Amino acid sequence: MSVRRLAKNQPASFAFSQEAREKADWWIAKFPAGRQQSAVIPLLWLVQKQEGWVCEPALRVVAGLLSMPVIRVLEIATFYTMFQLTPVGTVAHVQLCGTTPCMLRGANALKAVLSDKIGPKDHCSADGKFSWEEVECLGACANAPMAAINDYYHEDLTPESLAGIVDRFAAGDAPAPGSAIGRQGSAPVGDPLTLTDPSLYDGSRAKPLSLPNLPAPATAE
Amino acid sequence: MPKAKVNGVEVEFENGMTVLQVAELAGQEIPRFCYHERLSIAGNCRMCLVEVKPGPPKPQASCALPAADGQEIITDSPMVQKARKGVMEFLLINHPLDCPICDQGGECDLQDQSVGYGRDETRYAENKRAVEEKHMGPLIKTAMTRCIQCTRCVRFITEIAGVPDIGLISRGEDVEITTYLDKAVASELSANVIDLCPVGALTSRPYAYNARPWELTKTETVDVMDALGSAIRVDARGPAVLRVLPRVNDAVNEEWISDKTRYACDGLARQRLDRPMVRRDGRLKPASWGEAFAAVTARLEATAADRIGVIAGDLQDIESMKAAKDLFAALGVASLDCRQDGLVLGSGPRESWLFNSTIEGLEQADVILLVGTNPRLEAPVLNARIRKLWMAGKARVGVIGEAADLTYRYDHLGAGPSAIAELAAGGSSFADALKGAKRPAIIVGQGALTRSDSQAVLAAVASLGAAVGVVREGWNGWNVLHTAAARVGGLDLGFTPAPGGKSATEMTAKGALDVLVLLGADELDLSQTDAFVIYLGTHGDAGAHRADVILPGAAYTEKNGLYANTEGRVQRGERAVFPKGEAKEDWSIFRALSDLLGHRLPYDTLEQLRAKLFAEHPTFGQLDYAPGSTPTALDLAALGVAGALSDAPFASSVGAFHLTNPIARASVTMAECAALSTGLKLAAE
Repeated sequence: MSVRRLAKNQPASFAFSQEAREKADWWIAKFPAGRQQSAVIPLLWLVQKQEGWVCEPALRVVAGLLSMPVIRVLEIATFYTMFQLTPVGTVAHVQLCGTTPCMLRGANALKAVLSDKIGPKDHCSADGKFSWEEVECLGACANAPMAAINDYYHEDLTPESLAGIVDRFAAGDAPAPGSAIGRQGSAPVGDPLTLTDPSLYDGSRAKPLSLPNLPAPATAE
Repeated sequence: MPKAKVNGVEVEFENGMTVLQVAELAGQEIPRFCYHERLSIAGNCRMCLVEVKPGPPKPQASCALPAADGQEIITDSPMVQKARKGVMEFLLINHPLDCPICDQGGECDLQDQSVGYGRDETRYAENKRAVEEKHMGPLIKTAMTRCIQCTRCVRFITEIAGVPDIGLISRGEDVEITTYLDKAVASELSANVIDLCPVGALTSRPYAYNARPWELTKTETVDVMDALGSAIRVDARGPAVLRVLPRVNDAVNEEWISDKTRYACDGLARQRLDRPMVRRDGRLKPASWGEAFAAVTARLEATAADRIGVIAGDLQDIESMKAAKDLFAALGVASLDCRQDGLVLGSGPRESWLFNSTIEGLEQADVILLVGTNPRLEAPVLNARIRKLWMAGKARVGVIGEAADLTYRYDHLGAGPSAIAELAAGGSSFADALKGAKRPAIIVGQGALTRSDSQAVLAAVASLGAAVGVVREGWNGWNVLHTAAARVGGLDLGFTPAPGGKSATEMTAKGALDVLVLLGADELDLSQTDAFVIYLGTHGDAGAHRADVILPGAAYTEKNGLYANTEGRVQRGERAVFPKGEAKEDWSIFRALSDLLGHRLPYDTLEQLRAKLFAEHPTFGQLDYAPGSTPTALDLAALGVAGALSDAPFASSVGAFHLTNPIARASVTMAECAALSTGLKLAAE
């Protein structure tokens, strides 16, 4: 992680869209009077949803909405690395996990793919459509190596599958998130290797139950 | 009371104390960087580690650990020493060790504690972190590579100054202290972060690279920039006052001072009157003392006493006013005034013009009403005290006057005098709170007391005060907040028009006088007067420009003098440097003049003057005593004269905070701050 700064080029102003503003009001209303500042993280997240990144005018807008000092908003925006302080790719922003489990499973090869396809990390591609960054563990180690693209996890990646995903984004597709090799969650690759006995599932191994003080079974009259 | 053992010595402590405080009770020094008595506890520097039993077998941060009964605290075990060495080593990893070029050198907590608790050499060979240069305005110089992230500055600015401009951005090893986009810190107390900074990250910009602390002569004295009389230390080298620092005085300023108190001192070296001058052919020409005195005596002797007037300014010590009063009273002059601004108080009981609750006693108040005052500009340190009360939820504040940002929330009850009657009529929730208050306080500012309808305003406020019981058994909450350091001393001395005498406003009218003596009085409209003006003062300001004779006097750092603050607390100022050039201490000028006028004043030394002063005015003999600390009754009904109130809103008597007196107006630093606060200049420039 490097020093996080606001981007050099900033838009002149920021305004919430109608929809985002309604959501912002919903968040603000969740907190008791005088504690509206608690909504700062959701609001910054709304900014990022709307713009793709958090710009400087937005910090002032959020501070104004929550009646808090703008330096406090800046502290939060610079503290949390999930807030993008510089513009990211308009089509896809790839957050590639480079922490030990993913690295051992081949994240370095994925970095090479992204450098090749998109360009240097932490920068937008020439057309502004793509950007990528290396992040710390995203908590999907069982499906390493993985990357979060926009809002979704793409797991069990290989250089080829990642290249394919980027290509499909470039073509205007929305590739399905999840495992690139088709496994379900973090279940074993292929068929299950344990707990395969069918009798586990058909109820045949259940013991007859006898509870005390049960009423006598109803009989036909 | 619970007891704990510190290094085997048993001490009693009060519930709620931290382990660090208990260890200090037992006389053990605990090193610390982030902990500060007057700020909230952060616990992030880890320097205060001690061993505590019972507890986990590891060192614990004593500043954030509540002490418990039966605890055993060990501050000197091998474990503690090793822990301190370790913390120190980590703190120094990213600290540049540029002490030889650092202004904090010689008075640096990190230096001292590194010597006391650190290792003797570094084991760190890697690159140190670099931090981009930051800007915090014309007062605070930053060298953020030296920052150890104690966050004292952030906590001070947020909690005490109430202007949350400084923050800690980013995270981990990248954290940086900064203001939002390098804007200047917009607080009148901002420079206190320089004192709080335990390292050289925030240092004084005007004092940068000026001197080392061991070269300076330190003089403990009092401040005259506002009427609080904050305790200060003046550091001088040779004839130059290089800086002003606060001293701890819990009764007045705790340990803060305003930026004006701290930085107006460069005005002491500029625009100074360092030799007598006499106006010849329309121009002021340098003269000898003999020539100047000759011009003055010739004029005074040729003028009838009722055509002579004396006005004392805002920075005068009590002795100089006493000498002036003795001399001109002997000449039969009745027109004496120390109220340049036309203040209506000055006759009647002394309590009527004092801050009776005392500044420290104000913390007992539960409802505070501010009338015609903006304490943030008029007395920033007092404002911080009101904010402290408000933060603790102890007091509710109401304001009649301009709705300025006071750094705390208040009920704005109206802008002008009509709000007083509305408040007295009741109905609002603040009126109910004021009525039901156990210890209500009313703070009346100069903005309410220097208007043409001020007698009526005073009567209205006083009757409101009487109705809500501002003065009651054991409590006197009638508080007048002055803005001039000399004012209470002048009023106590009776430096007011004798029967038949003219007030300051009348004296400056056209044709009112033939000779006008200005004793450091510069905040007057002198455009109308056609009198012969004798100016005794320190700076080439408004008074000196209009003067016909200039007698150079001594500024507050250049003379021993007494000052009574707004509470009536008499404090002794000490001389730090000698008067400039041929200038003399003010009282001795009157003494010399009295000889020439044939009315020799009966004192040859300052001690004799003080002896006479104390004999005639015993209140001045009680040094550092605030009369309000033993509440006395005050008949509020006798204050003011009921009459018609104008609709004009109250305005604070302090328009430009940084430019209120001749010293501040001569100061380059204050000029820069004033330009910044009016938006003429950006901080990063």
